[in-house]
Amino acid sequence: MTTTIRTAKTRGVGASIPRPDGIPKLKGEFAYSSDLEAEGMLWGATVRSPHARARIVSIDAAPALAMVGVRTVLTQEDVTGSGRFGLAVRDQPVFATGEVHFWGQPVAVVAAEDRETARRAAAALLVAYEPLEPLVDPAIAARTGSTFRVIDIVNGDPGARGEVVVEGEYEVAMQDQAPLGTESGLAIPDGIGGVDLHISTQWLHADHAQVFEALALAPDQVRLHNAGVGGAFGSREDISLQIHLCMLALRTGRPVKMVYDRSESFVGHVHRHPARMRYRHEADRDGNLIRIEADLLFDGGAYTSTSGAVLANACYFATGPYRVRSVAIHGVAARTNNPTAGAMRGFGAPQPCFAYEAQMDRLAAALGLDPVALRLKNALGTGDRLPTTGQPIVGSLPTRTVIESVAAMPLPEPDESTDPRRLPGGTGLTTPRPAVRRGIGFAVGIKNLAFSEGFDDFSEVRGVLTTAGLELHTAACENGQGMVTVVEQIGRSASGLDRVTVVFADTSEIGSAGSTSASRQTQMTGGAALRAATAVRDEALRRVGGDRLDDSGVWRGDRLVASLEELLASGPIAHLERFRHPLTSPPNATGQGDIHAGFVVAAHRAVVDVDAELGVVRVVRIDTAQDVGRALNPLAVVGQIEGGIMQGVGLAVMEEIVLDQGVMKNASFTDYLLPTFLDAPEVEAILIEEPDHWGPFGAKGVGEPPTISSTAAVVAAMRNATGRELNRVPVRPQDIALGSHQPPATSHQPDRRPEGS
Amino acid sequence: METLLPRDLDEALAAIAADPEATVLAGGTDLMVQVNLQGLRPARVIAIRRIPELREWVGRFIGAAVTHRRLEIGPIKALAEAARTVGSPQIRSAGTIGGNLGTSSPAGDTLPFLAAADAEIVLRSRTGERVLPWDQFITGPKRNARRPDELIVGVRLPEHLPARQAFAKVGVRNAMVIAITSCCVIRDEDGTTRVALGSVGPTPIRARQAEEMISAETRPSEAARAEFARLVAAEVRPITDHRSTAEYRRHASGVIARRLLERVLP
Repeated sequence: MTTTIRTAKTRGVGASIPRPDGIPKLKGEFAYSSDLEAEGMLWGATVRSPHARARIVSIDAAPALAMVGVRTVLTQEDVTGSGRFGLAVRDQPVFATGEVHFWGQPVAVVAAEDRETARRAAAALLVAYEPLEPLVDPAIAARTGSTFRVIDIVNGDPGARGEVVVEGEYEVAMQDQAPLGTESGLAIPDGIGGVDLHISTQWLHADHAQVFEALALAPDQVRLHNAGVGGAFGSREDISLQIHLCMLALRTGRPVKMVYDRSESFVGHVHRHPARMRYRHEADRDGNLIRIEADLLFDGGAYTSTSGAVLANACYFATGPYRVRSVAIHGVAARTNNPTAGAMRGFGAPQPCFAYEAQMDRLAAALGLDPVALRLKNALGTGDRLPTTGQPIVGSLPTRTVIESVAAMPLPEPDESTDPRRLPGGTGLTTPRPAVRRGIGFAVGIKNLAFSEGFDDFSEVRGVLTTAGLELHTAACENGQGMVTVVEQIGRSASGLDRVTVVFADTSEIGSAGSTSASRQTQMTGGAALRAATAVRDEALRRVGGDRLDDSGVWRGDRLVASLEELLASGPIAHLERFRHPLTSPPNATGQGDIHAGFVVAAHRAVVDVDAELGVVRVVRIDTAQDVGRALNPLAVVGQIEGGIMQGVGLAVMEEIVLDQGVMKNASFTDYLLPTFLDAPEVEAILIEEPDHWGPFGAKGVGEPPTISSTAAVVAAMRNATGRELNRVPVRPQDIALGSHQPPATSHQPDRRPEGS
Repeated sequence: METLLPRDLDEALAAIAADPEATVLAGGTDLMVQVNLQGLRPARVIAIRRIPELREWVGRFIGAAVTHRRLEIGPIKALAEAARTVGSPQIRSAGTIGGNLGTSSPAGDTLPFLAAADAEIVLRSRTGERVLPWDQFITGPKRNARRPDELIVGVRLPEHLPARQAFAKVGVRNAMVIAITSCCVIRDEDGTTRVALGSVGPTPIRARQAEEMISAETRPSEAARAEFARLVAAEVRPITDHRSTAEYRRHASGVIARRLLERVLP
């Protein structure tokens, strides 16, 4: 047995070191935002609309205020500033006023001495509503101009036509991020008109701006602090209780805490956009993609959130990682009275992937080609142009490699086990082995990295050398994905020090790190950390004429020139870095431009056992190859891949918020089903390391690709096993057992329609 | 809130006689959902989980406080299979068969077995004992014949309980899921067959026509088994809700009834 000595080298970039928050989380010692407490704190609770659309006739707070222990009730009338928030557009009032636009919209908040009193006071508030007919059909919304954004992309020869045509309609239901940690936070007034908010979020500075603007406070009167995040997946990119908490704390002069319960969490954050998509693929007889037309209708719900950017992603990546000669995409983000949709892992990329990959399979069938061969034939790569935006791809894009790598992985042996845990239906004992048919499905997905369309996307890191090592100060949020671990590894490799620590800075101490979303923190905060740590090291070496830095100090050759104490005696060493990725541009009128900073691809092959008569399934295995640029921490990368695949599997076979006239029917973990361990496939991952052009050490973000094409692969396997059409996710048992069969593969001359029809 | 912890059945019966409005708590796996999600705040709780008489399982009598976990590892095959499908291990270690009866949810996982087995429900108050057949006890969705001053003491199964019995439950997830449909089939050596289904009607449903038809078949052919499935599907009374559709529930009921029949045939 040997003891591994933890040198800077072994804990730097490329090492599968464990995360510092891992063991505390397993042992229950990690402080999440819901664990925060302050002396004399009150509890807040939210009053929410029971209608998807209604006029507020009156609000009577008297019954709540009359209760012992209730300290205040606040409505929109109490909001001092703009009173509005929104990540991209400030279009949502802090509280509904006049009219409520979605089920569960906040109408008022209360603060009371304890959580139970706050809950009862919220229930006691009398709000009179006049229910109105909600607009819940996004198609009607689109027709009547109730939209957040409409995008038309035209590229290539509009007259290009292929001999082989497949058409299809696809639907994706509303998925929830379902983080285990519900929305929670603690606001503490500073006694001089300002407030400190400790909050689990994805983007401290975006929250900060929305809080001080909504409340007309000076920016330095509001300070936001990172608190322990129990998962996010996009759900914490928008404001939930941030403004409410600050208002309650400022009004009462006491610390105020709020924690949503599970049901409230479902209505308290945005969701993945439900989508309806119509596709037409045309190819020549050899299988070269000639033209893709797509019509994408996304339901954005009641407020803007990130609908514009989500729809844009869906449109830009509507054709998948393939070369296409001619493209016409029409996308609409509709405004309805359904729950607001916004960011969720994949951010507009999973919906079209489900559709375009189904189309590729149908095209392969129509051509009599192997589905993998068809994908390889059209694979997009470095030097090509993205077929939608026309942007030249200058970074790495190993589409061909991820496809070939997955195709070469061994398939699992046929399963003869009669252990119910290895059968569809699981412990329900529904399915004897002979009723099982195995299917195999393949899918590839593509997405952008970091923010696009000309957004000024940056991250700040301050490197501070102390006698205890290097501190990397950042406002970046650790959502559980491993940002802290990877940024520390980057700091080690850049500086030579082993003692490198991420320090969470609040909004008054450092500039924005940008959002922990869009797979961006490894590249963005990691990129800033690389430069900050390098600058600190260079200054340390320059100061005493050394050539190497480590935890002992500065070395020249094998001689220690100065200890850290000696080095820092002549003054502190610190460097503030603001890192930007390559500039992007907004799209022109036809959706053309250098809109993205970089791209990432992944391929998935799913093996699914299906009981076709009953419609129950078991996802046996997912093999994947993912373009990671460079794996800075392979263990963490595989963690993201496994977790992301689980979210993709969930969307394929069970995850759906069921809506009835805008009202959620399953806002609980009893009925919003997430995969359990029994539903989890085995996952085998191959990491494809082709360094990208701007990420630290060539790294790409890894969080989203696992979710994008895994859904499509699972459904492809289910089609392969059953012959059913399965054009909607999640696939429900009735879709398999009672649904329609796949239309026969078609191969025909396309109708020659005049342009513009 | 006041919580009473009676030490034996007499104390419990005295407590509920004194306050018939009191809420009875055993495993809490249904009750705590109401507390946490629906704001239920009972004024008085009578906690009965530790009462020795209710934890007894002697022969054909199963005490109301016997947990799903004990059923799962117990000798009654279909009941064990049904109990295995209840929630997670934590839930199975807390939830009880008496709780399943007390809640009388159409989706109660042990209820199809109790219906197929023609179980009787034993109720007791200070004034005496009542024994009701399962279908007189469960009167509707989440409704039953327990009087406010009574406790469910347990379940009495018939002395003759055929060994050929099987249970299955269809859900969207492969564990920890509420039934879309569930089914229990019990078949005697002489061919007499009883089939009961859950989640496909306001109460557990016995498919009597299907029973009659298949009981007459000593060695059911494939056609007979298909006819059995058709009759079961015709006899259930499912609804469409956020968990599934009536059409699928009907279809799946027939399919699993036929498969369970095949499981219990020699």
